[in-house]
Amino acid sequence: MDLNYTREEQAFRTEVRQWLKETLPHELREKVRLGKRLAKADMELWHSLLNARGWLAPNWPRAYGGCEWNAVQRHIFEEEACLAHAPRSLPFGLTMLAPVLLAFGTEDQRQRFLPRILNGQDWWCQGYSEPGAGSDLAAVKTRAVRDGGHYVVNGQKTWTTLGQHANWIFCLVRTDPDAKKQEGISFLLIDMDTPGVTVRPIVLIDGEPEVNEVFFDNVRVPAENLVGEENKGWTYAKYLLTHERTNIAGVGFSTALLTTLKHVAGRVNSGGRPLAENPHFAARMAQAEIDLMAMATTNLRVVSAAAKGQAPGAESSMLKVKGTVIRQELTSLLRRAMGPDALPFQPDFLDGGSNAAALGPDHAAAAAPSYFNMRKLSIFGGSNEVQRTIITKAILGL
Amino acid sequence: MDFNLTEERMMLRDTLRRFLADKYAHENRRSLIASGEPYDTGIYAGLAELGVLGGMFREDQGGFGGEGFDLMVVFEELGRAGVIEPVLPAVLAGGLIAASGKGRQRGLADEIIAGTHLAALAQGEAGSRYDLNHVETTAAAEGDAIVLNGIKTHVLYGAEAQTLVVSAREAGAVADAAGISLFLVPVNTPGVTVSGHRNMDGIPSATVALEGVRLAETARLGAAGGGLEALEAAVARGLAAICAEALGAMEAAKDLTISYLKERKQFGMPIGKFQALQHRMADMLIEVEQARSVVINLASNLDQPRALRESHASAAKNLVGRAGALVAEECIQMHGGIGMTDEYALSHFARRLTMIDHLFGDTDYHLERFIALKAG
Repeated sequence: MDLNYTREEQAFRTEVRQWLKETLPHELREKVRLGKRLAKADMELWHSLLNARGWLAPNWPRAYGGCEWNAVQRHIFEEEACLAHAPRSLPFGLTMLAPVLLAFGTEDQRQRFLPRILNGQDWWCQGYSEPGAGSDLAAVKTRAVRDGGHYVVNGQKTWTTLGQHANWIFCLVRTDPDAKKQEGISFLLIDMDTPGVTVRPIVLIDGEPEVNEVFFDNVRVPAENLVGEENKGWTYAKYLLTHERTNIAGVGFSTALLTTLKHVAGRVNSGGRPLAENPHFAARMAQAEIDLMAMATTNLRVVSAAAKGQAPGAESSMLKVKGTVIRQELTSLLRRAMGPDALPFQPDFLDGGSNAAALGPDHAAAAAPSYFNMRKLSIFGGSNEVQRTIITKAILGL
Repeated sequence: MDFNLTEERMMLRDTLRRFLADKYAHENRRSLIASGEPYDTGIYAGLAELGVLGGMFREDQGGFGGEGFDLMVVFEELGRAGVIEPVLPAVLAGGLIAASGKGRQRGLADEIIAGTHLAALAQGEAGSRYDLNHVETTAAAEGDAIVLNGIKTHVLYGAEAQTLVVSAREAGAVADAAGISLFLVPVNTPGVTVSGHRNMDGIPSATVALEGVRLAETARLGAAGGGLEALEAAVARGLAAICAEALGAMEAAKDLTISYLKERKQFGMPIGKFQALQHRMADMLIEVEQARSVVINLASNLDQPRALRESHASAAKNLVGRAGALVAEECIQMHGGIGMTDEYALSHFARRLTMIDHLFGDTDYHLERFIALKAG
């Protein structure tokens, strides 16, 4: 047992930290630090900076422009990026679609799509959930019917994160309505500029249209956009759900949040002393910190196994449940720490540049919206109830 | 022992519930907030006509209620419908005017009851957090006048009010209990600047700057330097109101979730058939009933001596805060994504429940205060 990073890993951490210090623009860093909303251009800028350094695709093979970092390296990078208040790289193309193309796509598809993810020409979004297929994802109804060299797609996807910015969507579609429900699903890539595709934003509890409904009305998709074999889409979707999930615990995000929380609690007045000295609040913060310290190691145990080629399976469910609970608790504490200053809704400040003045101290404007937004963590990517069922079956054997 | 409402209160509750069911559908409320209007003046006038505002005051104050259970009945219904119209100011600022007002000041109470005058309580400050005694705003005598200087924050309905009830310090250090006075400040007094905004839950609020605001002696509400006692008593009534409102919001959120668990099918059956959700729903029901009991406790102790009244106020706000967080978070979780959408009423109840925790002391604040009150 050795909990230390190797000399090489430490050197890598230093290199990442230095690069972030030199490269991450101040304005972007401040937006992330204060919990402001990132515009499409902000996210594209971050991708282009990473791409220029060759660090945009940590998990891809070098042959396709990736870093081939192992799980420990990826963990180090994600942790440093969070602590530096860097934006999150968009996972849709990089860590959701690309691994499926690399494992199951054709070489043509890889050559066609992967470079466009790196250079920012394509913005992907995920077409999994439907109004009737949430936790029960295999219940997808969106139909794709083969018609000569095309599939004709009809149906609706929902909860499509940042779909309003996307020009491509990867979808689970039903190609065999008569098969057992997991066996009639295919994995299809759809150009969102095709006639018949409509995107409708959904405003969420924090006032932001972060997710969308995507409608397909007789959308003709070239058959070459099918990934892998017809009716094998469920296998590919499951592959995605059990791979590439090393950051699912969100330890880096939580660590950055804890730092912000301590900073705020040390400055906010509570009955003539800093809130951090209030025994009740201090106890809550300490408990979250203890949970996070343990989660950091739980996460590293899984990460380290993954780095040795033992792909995380049901363990990632464990990381997701506890990791999201910790992150939600920290956002809840940050909201509480702001006291009455968490009350105002300040969309102009959250959307605007750094010039717009906010009511209350730093971090006040985003405290409540972030708390509400983070409720999604235990819902999306397989709800925490679904994760617990996976643990029950796959680990406990019940 | 009788836990039933009087006939009058049942009538008020039923009339109010019918009125809101008819006029305050979720879609109307959403478009009202989207319109940028702070609230619907027609609805507000309707509430006044139903006697909702008069129900906040005793008969000798010009009303026909004013007891804890009158507040509870009204605010539970307001919470159930997610009403954003300014009834709470009638309890807080209106209650202070009715309780401490003398002579011509009392006339304001009649106008408040009629819904023709809005008075808002301006007590919070940037450094006060939830402490009513933390008052940096100063009130200094200058000849015959009293001059106010300071900034009041989180003044609910401050930009819509015609009169502000302002806490300001005439003597003592920043956090002293003694030396605080209350003043009636017409918003058009020179030196008053009000900037309005909306809170996360749709309720209008404001920041009020007071720069050399000159008032006559007659603007003082109640005894010089003795404002804290009156303020605390009014806030206890305000706590009863918002705890009852939270109770209504919890009931509404719970009802929506029960319906959803019955309707929503996944894996070939209603999700309400899954025991993992059933037990959580059962726990929620227990917590909501506990919240109802703690609101009943506070409502029946509002006119008791300070120590008893305040320990019930803190107990209620603590328990309601915990139950409210549980209901908001669990109802969203059991709904899934739909529970997080602005289109669906649940997210509005969740916002109101969460923001109520940030008004007049959160769960932690009132836990600590309860301990101190019990020790004292």
